[in-house]
Amino acid sequence: MKRVVYVDNNATTRVADEVVEEMVPYFKELYGNPSSMHTFGGQLYKRMERARGKVADIIGATPPEIIFTSCGTESDNAAIRGVLESYPKKRHIVTTRVEHPAVFNLCKYLARKGYELTEISVDNQGLLDLDELRAAIRDDTAIVSIMHANNETGVIFPVEEAGQIIKEKGAVFHCDAVQAVGKLPLDMSRSTIDLLSLSGHKLHAPKGVGALYIRRGVKFQPLIVGGHHEHSKRAGTENVPYIMGLGKACELANEYMKEEQGRVKCLRDKLEENILANISNSRLNGHKTLRLPNTTNISFEYIEGEAILLLLDEVGICASSGSACTSGALEPSHVLRAMGVPFTAAHGSVRFSLSRYNTEEEIDYIAKNIPPIIKRLKDISPYVKEIEELEQKAVSTANRG
Amino acid sequence: MWDYSDKVKDHFFHPRNVGEIPNADAVGDVGNIACGDALRLTLKLDNGRIVDAKFKTFGCGSAIAAASALTEMVKGKTMEEVEKITNQDIADYLDGLPEEKMHCSVMGQEALEAAIANYRGFKKAPAEEGAIICKCFGVTDKVIERVIRENSLSTIDQVTHYTKAGGGCKSCHPDIQRIIDEVRGAEAVVVSKPKPAKKMSNIKKMQLVQETIEKEIRPVLMLDGGDVELEDIDGDTVYVSFRGSCAECPSSKVTIKQTVESKLREFVAEGLVVEEVAS
Repeated sequence: MKRVVYVDNNATTRVADEVVEEMVPYFKELYGNPSSMHTFGGQLYKRMERARGKVADIIGATPPEIIFTSCGTESDNAAIRGVLESYPKKRHIVTTRVEHPAVFNLCKYLARKGYELTEISVDNQGLLDLDELRAAIRDDTAIVSIMHANNETGVIFPVEEAGQIIKEKGAVFHCDAVQAVGKLPLDMSRSTIDLLSLSGHKLHAPKGVGALYIRRGVKFQPLIVGGHHEHSKRAGTENVPYIMGLGKACELANEYMKEEQGRVKCLRDKLEENILANISNSRLNGHKTLRLPNTTNISFEYIEGEAILLLLDEVGICASSGSACTSGALEPSHVLRAMGVPFTAAHGSVRFSLSRYNTEEEIDYIAKNIPPIIKRLKDISPYVKEIEELEQKAVSTANRG
Repeated sequence: MWDYSDKVKDHFFHPRNVGEIPNADAVGDVGNIACGDALRLTLKLDNGRIVDAKFKTFGCGSAIAAASALTEMVKGKTMEEVEKITNQDIADYLDGLPEEKMHCSVMGQEALEAAIANYRGFKKAPAEEGAIICKCFGVTDKVIERVIRENSLSTIDQVTHYTKAGGGCKSCHPDIQRIIDEVRGAEAVVVSKPKPAKKMSNIKKMQLVQETIEKEIRPVLMLDGGDVELEDIDGDTVYVSFRGSCAECPSSKVTIKQTVESKLREFVAEGLVVEEVAS
């Protein structure tokens, strides 16, 4: 099999072997229903509660504040719609211009359904404008939804500062922390966050399981109505094997958090510094330090991202791009556009997102393979020659002056 | 992940004729960096035949492949011969492109047209002259008309895949629909003689109206989150109600009513009138 160097961990992650092992018995002998009265099924309830405890632990919450869902998108939908339904007279939503589509498109959809929507802008480093946030929240603002860390750039928002403002103004605070959980220490017991979404497959659990933290006392109506599962906050027979897997993944993520901040960050920095130093017309998207330890988003100006990805794929490197052409959309990433990244750079953006499974040898392999790929596409590009001539001219003019 | 043909991959990984011919006899420049792709085609002619062709492209895999294919296709031909090349020919040469990527083949054709115009001493290719319909991507009615005709397109989505028009703010969608209706309507007249107006039974009429709404009208509206439902038919008056985004948008209602009416007149009977009722 062809070599695979996987650096697309913000898209999804490898399921940890320990997680798979944890899950297997629940597909086989332990197939009962946790709601059953008999011991065979009922015993699973206790095990599931232990998993809930592990999920609560990683964000400093208590187990009753956690409900299991099918994915991060469901958690976001449940949170925002669940709060809106609890405050029928409040018709205003505040969010940011750089949210994941799970929040971004949901809010746009709700705006079409009659809600009023305010989107807070970010600066050219992807940082939130807190004054704009303060001005945006009104008496009839039901919910403010702000992500913790951006999936495309890794930029971390000051959620607690934002939370202070939201609390002063009396709105409910939802935080999409899908990219942050497991990478950043979180403590809901000392937080201003009312609801927080997390997703299994971003932290080495499988796809198809997520969780939503709902602070005790926060008004909430269920998105999925039916039986009395999850304290009547999310109906549907519990996905026991995946919930057990998510519990294990959170336990592991707690153990590896230091490594994420240390070794993984070092690898990311090495890759980033190498690329920025060796490739002309390359630039970092997003704030240099207020960023997830695993993510780097780099633009290669005057060339196009999908073409870069195809050539990376040829040598087994898995990354992603904010280019328009990768998604079938015609405009590049809404996140990069919100940051005011020029079109010359937005189309040529590539995101590398690492995990604890990456090795230094892999980083060296990527660093070695990038320059010839970029050169190859620059040689085809009609712009590079002109730009270099312009730059040359600017330098010689400056020298004369 | 795109399902590219082997030929597309071959032309992307091993592009032919990359570069710029110095003192070229014809230069075609299309696209720009903001739109996400651009192509510069340079041609050398000898005795009226293209003896060399080179390209430079800023764009995705299929844009590079389409440009590479184009340079191979034009070599050895006269300007009169290459004038006949359509975007579909370029796509066929590559064993097809994903529909969302058809605009790459259109860009190739446009660069070729621009080069021909440049060779003949015109400032602009004919397609660049029309009125701009899509302001986001700078696409003219001429380009849209031609692509609809040459590729038998029938939906706004298809027009977007082929030309990018309508892929930004979407405010030009009613204009694109109008152009589709015009081109398709004109074709219908050309290919089929107008049906003699014969008395249709009410049941037959109802069936046809229902069928036309289901097959021709609803799919287009639903692309934009809208919908329409047949409420009643009385003589030649068809009563419909709008749903979804159509119901909330007063300006689109007018356009949609006209679209529904023109479709029903085209497929069912000339004298039909559409009236809106509240749902």
